[in-house]
Amino acid sequence: MIMSSIQEIQQEIVEEFEMFDDWMQRYEYMIELGKSLPLIEEKYKTDEYIIKGCQSKVWVHADLNEDKIEFTADSDAIITKGIIAILIRSFSGQPPQEILDADTSFIDKIGLKEHLSPTRANGLVSMIKQIKLYAIAYQAKAGN
Amino acid sequence: MASVSTPLTFDVKSIRKDFPILNRKVNEKPLVYFDNAATSQTPQQVIAVIVDYYSNYNANIHRGVHALSQEATDAYEQARIKLQKHFNIPNAYQTLFTSGTTHGINIVASGYAEILKQGDEVIVSALEHHSNIVPWQMLCEKTGAVLKVIPMTDSGELDMSAFEELLSNKTKLVFVNHVSNALGTVNPIEFIIEKTHAVGGAVLVDGAQAAPHIKADVQALDVDFYVVSGHKMCGPTGVGMLYGKEKWLDQLPPYQGGGEMIDQVTFEKTTYAGLPHKFEAGTPNICGGIAFGAALDYMNAIGFNTIAAYEHELLEYATEKLKAIDGLRIYGESKEKTAVISFNIEGIHPYDIGTILDKLGVAVRTGHHCAQPIMDFYKIPGTVRASFAFYNTKEEIDVLVAAVERAKNMLS
Repeated sequence: MIMSSIQEIQQEIVEEFEMFDDWMQRYEYMIELGKSLPLIEEKYKTDEYIIKGCQSKVWVHADLNEDKIEFTADSDAIITKGIIAILIRSFSGQPPQEILDADTSFIDKIGLKEHLSPTRANGLVSMIKQIKLYAIAYQAKAGN
Repeated sequence: MASVSTPLTFDVKSIRKDFPILNRKVNEKPLVYFDNAATSQTPQQVIAVIVDYYSNYNANIHRGVHALSQEATDAYEQARIKLQKHFNIPNAYQTLFTSGTTHGINIVASGYAEILKQGDEVIVSALEHHSNIVPWQMLCEKTGAVLKVIPMTDSGELDMSAFEELLSNKTKLVFVNHVSNALGTVNPIEFIIEKTHAVGGAVLVDGAQAAPHIKADVQALDVDFYVVSGHKMCGPTGVGMLYGKEKWLDQLPPYQGGGEMIDQVTFEKTTYAGLPHKFEAGTPNICGGIAFGAALDYMNAIGFNTIAAYEHELLEYATEKLKAIDGLRIYGESKEKTAVISFNIEGIHPYDIGTILDKLGVAVRTGHHCAQPIMDFYKIPGTVRASFAFYNTKEEIDVLVAAVERAKNMLS
């Protein structure tokens, strides 16, 4: 199976969200997506893996698997879980460089623009930053 | 004598016309604004004062000889007198303008850094906002004083017998809020002040959450310091008030150096100006101070008894309606409460509820409300807090209740 590119996956997510007419259906779908989130192992649910800047708790962990980064995560808030699930679906299984180069404007397209504001308590911006930091770290490691 | 106004004579519909922001929509829904404990909305009478200031007499105060400066100075000093009268402060010079409650607390805390000695004790309550905890922790670190905490009970009230046990002749200062921002509990400050004075200590009361609902009389309370914020009382942000007893204000050193706060300056020695200027270095928030005065006029014209009675009616109505929702728990069930309801629904994160409520046009606060020790006490990440003002209605509460039901269905 050929792995889809980040852009292709993001386009797929945008198309899925376009099927809904209103915010409520979009949120319900997002909550649904949260349920499919690849869950972080309990041992990583520590302060070390917590993302700062969120009102709810969000933990993200990353592993390198054959030059590709696999993300797992969890949150104690269900909407936040949906948001992180969307991000992970788009970035997990991709090489570090692709993750670093990817833009995140698809968030805007799926009607979640309000979550991009830096003051927003769920810290979507912090989540993206953390995912990119993992990519930088693994890229540096691979370069050694 | 005219009887005290009751909610029956209170016409909320006409009051609402004073607040242009209440007409706006959020997410295509009419705004229901229930975050009044964070900041209150501004009536057009206050907005007009702000526009008038910048349109007609914007100038720096206390130093110009020209007409504009004179007019601005007069208006600012008149606002000080409005504050003085409202809180029944003995003298205008004990009525200090600040940038807000946090600033007022910091003026006192930094001043006490020069007064406290190692081994002195200061007492804080478990119901405090971070702004009334952190400055005192910093103060204790600096001076070697010991910080003690009045514990809270499950109903969200302070344990007064534990408080009495904390008091001793080492107690120099007690700081407590008049009303808890997270739970709405009205604290027994009269008792706290009396007991603290009996051991020779002073009391600072953070009145930020009380002032929009309760007209405090600082002389009747015999309180040593009382601090408030303008933006919670229909005024603008960036302005507040610190009242202090003269004996304390004279003892405390100035908070900031700069213009206005000096008497004579040479490179050898500066002598400080008298009160209130000693604590008012630099150009103040002139327009904000004047508008704060106008906000007090506005609220006093309605009457604080009327406001309190109507808000209490809203509180009782909302409490009953929200309690009927299965799995909903209200935090803070003191008999003496302002119109604040902090709640959670079993198994649902407060942040999730807040997000859905926002989508439905209902503005509430979610999180720890800058009162993390309270959340730790209840072992919860935070709450959803709906806080009401006199311009809110029962119909809006119905919208909130329906929105909470809808959020619950979506999220569970």
